[in-house]
Amino acid sequence: MERRNAKPKRELVLPGDLLDSTGAKVGEYAYERDGNVYAAVLGIKNVTPAGVGVIPLHGQYMPVAGDLVIGTINDIGPSNWMVDINAPYPAPLHVSEVPWKVEFGDTSRFLNIGDVVLLKVLSVDESKKIQVTMNDAGLRKIEGGMLVEISHTKVSRVIGKSGSMIQMLKNMSDCRITVGQNGRIWIDGEGESAEAVADAIKMIEEEAQSHNLTERIKEFLEKRLPAEEE
Amino acid sequence: MSGHTDMVLVDDNGMRIDGRTATEHRPIKIEAGVLKNADGSAYVEIGKNKVLAAVYGPRECHPRHLQDPNKAVIQCKYNMQAFSVSDRKRPGTDRRSIEISKITAEALENVVLTELYPRASIDVYIEILQANAGTRCAGLTAASVALADAGIPMRDIVPAIAAGKADGHVLLDLNKEEDNYGQADVPIALVPSTDEIVLLQMDGNMTREEFDRAISLAVNACHEVYDLQKDALKRRYAVKKEEAESDE
Repeated sequence: MERRNAKPKRELVLPGDLLDSTGAKVGEYAYERDGNVYAAVLGIKNVTPAGVGVIPLHGQYMPVAGDLVIGTINDIGPSNWMVDINAPYPAPLHVSEVPWKVEFGDTSRFLNIGDVVLLKVLSVDESKKIQVTMNDAGLRKIEGGMLVEISHTKVSRVIGKSGSMIQMLKNMSDCRITVGQNGRIWIDGEGESAEAVADAIKMIEEEAQSHNLTERIKEFLEKRLPAEEE
Repeated sequence: MSGHTDMVLVDDNGMRIDGRTATEHRPIKIEAGVLKNADGSAYVEIGKNKVLAAVYGPRECHPRHLQDPNKAVIQCKYNMQAFSVSDRKRPGTDRRSIEISKITAEALENVVLTELYPRASIDVYIEILQANAGTRCAGLTAASVALADAGIPMRDIVPAIAAGKADGHVLLDLNKEEDNYGQADVPIALVPSTDEIVLLQMDGNMTREEFDRAISLAVNACHEVYDLQKDALKRRYAVKKEEAESDE
């Protein structure tokens, strides 16, 4: 905790703000003009070895290959499903990317409109055409439980430093929690504890930038969770 | 521009009817993030103008034929409420609102990094709640704050303001009387970091010298508006910034 004070102050930047004029590399959400680096979005200045960039505070989720996402089936075709993964682009899930043997035109027997699925982003090409897959360990259709939606920029806070926050939520509530990079979170557990976790996650989203969040979430959960440990 | 009046718009001391000098703009109030359901929003008051802007996106582009395979399109809709002017304005799209939607979208295309989102659309809605001359500038000012609030990557925030000529004087930020009975109106929007002009129109007549003077007045004022825009965005996130924690 003392380490925090030693770190440089986090700086709020707006689009067009000068980030660096010493010839640093251009990081994420930044652009270059005349050798200087400027911010392209509203966020917190972020200096990494890879370059000077910005951590956005808002914005749409942009899929990246390898991301674990939670999607809902939007539309069914004879050889694919269209999945809404909260991105600016539609994400088709082809029959070759599901763990079942699906006959042509038989897609609706496996997944239907409104079904929620756990997926991985397979690829995003130059023109932002997305492909998703269900062929990987743990990927499946999700049944039961509840779905919470938060801004994707707050996902890293829900997970916490090397998973500290999510681990605490899981341990304290005894719920199964799956966090999609697109900001959708699936919680499966006892009615009351699942609701407490959902509220806790909403609280994390709202207070994402504040101090000692993990501690306060812990207190919050202690109050909210039904006392059962005997 | 068209009407005639016996009203003295600028008195002998160089004072205007609302008590401003020639180089003063009306009081400006900007607030970011006022709407919950839009991805980004802003509310702007410039004098008696009251403007609300909301932004959605980037999202899938509908109708499909407007999609651009290389970049995002900016779809802008400028709309005046029926109660925004003293006579009831007939609701709906008209020639004027189509024009303003177009010029606003084109001004914003210069700053938004549209190439990051091919085939997508960024939708900007501008609602004029109360009009008192200069709503296109107020609308653009609000729209660019709303875009930044929505977290859309852009090179800079665009401020806009008008200059003009009334009673033979070059004036900044015309109000309704000056606009109606004046000789010229020149709205300007620019990219503050490079001083690139992204919107310039002129309605009426001016000499070259008057025009140059109007431009320099408006450019200076744009930088003042720019500071207010940044201020509004910073205010919205100030609390969070102070408490900012450094993990992840």
